[in-house]
Amino acid sequence: MSVLGKVRAWFRGEYSRKHKLITHFIKDGDERLFVEKKHECPACHEDLNQPELEEAMYVCPNCNHHFRITPWERIKFTADGGVFHEFASDLESQNPLDFPDYEKQIASDMKKTGLKEAVVTGICRIERKEVVMAIMAFQFRGGSVGSVVGEKVTRAMLLAAEKGLPIVIFTASGGMRMQEGIFSLMQMAKTSAAVNFLEERKIPLFIVLTDPTSGGTTASYGMLGDVILAEPGALVGFAGRRVLDGTIKEKLPDNFQTAEFQQEKGFVDAIVSRSDMRKTLSFLIEAHADAQRAWK
Amino acid sequence: MKDIRKKLSELKELALKERLNIAEEIRQLESKLHGGNHNNNSAWSKVKLSRLIERPTTLDYINIIFDDFIELHGDRLFADDPAMVGGIGLLNGRPVTIIGQQRGRNLKENLKRNGGMALPEGYRKALRLVRQAEKFGRPVVSLVDTQGAYGGVEAEERGIAEAIARNLKEFFAVKVPIIVVIIGQGGSGGALGIGIGDTVFMLENSTYSVISPEGCASILLRDGSKAQFAASIMKPTARDLYFFKVIDEIIEEPAGGAHTNPEVAAANIKNAIWRELVRLMPLPKEQLLKERFEKFRKMGVFFEKQDAKKGILRRLFGRKNNR
Repeated sequence: MSVLGKVRAWFRGEYSRKHKLITHFIKDGDERLFVEKKHECPACHEDLNQPELEEAMYVCPNCNHHFRITPWERIKFTADGGVFHEFASDLESQNPLDFPDYEKQIASDMKKTGLKEAVVTGICRIERKEVVMAIMAFQFRGGSVGSVVGEKVTRAMLLAAEKGLPIVIFTASGGMRMQEGIFSLMQMAKTSAAVNFLEERKIPLFIVLTDPTSGGTTASYGMLGDVILAEPGALVGFAGRRVLDGTIKEKLPDNFQTAEFQQEKGFVDAIVSRSDMRKTLSFLIEAHADAQRAWK
Repeated sequence: MKDIRKKLSELKELALKERLNIAEEIRQLESKLHGGNHNNNSAWSKVKLSRLIERPTTLDYINIIFDDFIELHGDRLFADDPAMVGGIGLLNGRPVTIIGQQRGRNLKENLKRNGGMALPEGYRKALRLVRQAEKFGRPVVSLVDTQGAYGGVEAEERGIAEAIARNLKEFFAVKVPIIVVIIGQGGSGGALGIGIGDTVFMLENSTYSVISPEGCASILLRDGSKAQFAASIMKPTARDLYFFKVIDEIIEEPAGGAHTNPEVAAANIKNAIWRELVRLMPLPKEQLLKERFEKFRKMGVFFEKQDAKKGILRRLFGRKNNR
């Protein structure tokens, strides 16, 4: 390594230490990738083989069903070279209400998923453009938003505002984490408040709604993006469909609470398939960043 | 008990006058005071009290507290939602914008008011009125009383999630003081949708939670009949939330609940609102917004490893989490 290279590496290291960044390199064959070996498409029940599924970014080649994927897989599909500098990685949940078994549930999900919480936040590059990215994990407690998720998402937005970087949030959530009671509800307020800081500094917020996004997540930052994208067929709604079926005896439309339904009603800008997501985000980031300069 | 209460209110007045910083002492005293009551008042009994059909509603309080109230209707986009009311009234002769959910006082009215469960147009009406208040420099009083936002098909079609999200964000940017009073049920996102403010009060027998005890019982405990137990572990009462620092102050109700003497309850609310508005109105706008954000920014309980490294002094004497 040249002297210059060493100096650069030292600076990078110093920078990471200051912001407590942990750098992940998600490459092919990473043990965090494709841990769930699904072989049958839940939508069309077609038998699929693993390499084929990996090749197709976990999208059924038969019916275009988008499988639910983990944050690491999302990073691999989105970030340049699978490089992701994670921050606020050491935040862990407490049990503020002494809710029965809550610690056990958290511990078992940590073990199961290898994640600390239901969101991963960090800085990465999309086609060479630096962005702050937050990716929620439905695998961890149903992606529910508790104090930690709320705090991490808030910090991600404040960091983006501070550094002047665009921010992309992939949502996947069943709603608020009821085990944390009122504290979880207050995360809706906290995260929504942070959006004002982005707005003040004219930083674009891109939301990607993935399957499923419902409850308080939709009713806070999920619907506050400057551009709101969604993956095809993703469930996007407010009240759970099962709750509705039980209590309100209305005939529900077939596509009720899907991304397509939300687009039809005017709440989603575009539905983008997983293979086009990186390209679309890259274009949007560029279009938002350069507009002021380009038209001078 | 009455003596303590009297002393406490004197203390508060004094603190306000002298600009003393004894909020923490007051908090501890009050916590003790309400703690004494708490033993014979379980969470479940509060839940039941907060839902009483005889309990005074938003319009009842508005009519007692404010003079010359005129109700303003409609969100200018789609419709007028009877489950959310709003308008302008005079508080001790000074104009104030008031918003709040309105449930029915009887079965028939409840049908019209949708049980106080607002639709997207309700939240958008509230936002319109708050924006209007901001334009003309009127403070806002928000009275929260709902079991939740309406979650039916039409709510979903017109974007109930977007309406609530927009309110949450916009309320943090409103440059006039917002006082929130939870007067009955504070049901989840539906309550929070008009529940962002500089000061959040709660009536003694009201509740505020992320899900109803019944919902918690059936979803998390997988047994719908365990609602009473769920209520006790969810900690939805005013005292619990005061302890968590999610609300700023508890407003007392007459013995037996607000419905036994609405005038007294309303007078207590009026005093509390007036006291806070006198304090908040002269503040610079930037400070107001900053403090409003920081108040909610602090809410949340979690471990952060690096805290441990910052030295033993900080750990012993520093601000811990919200507990």
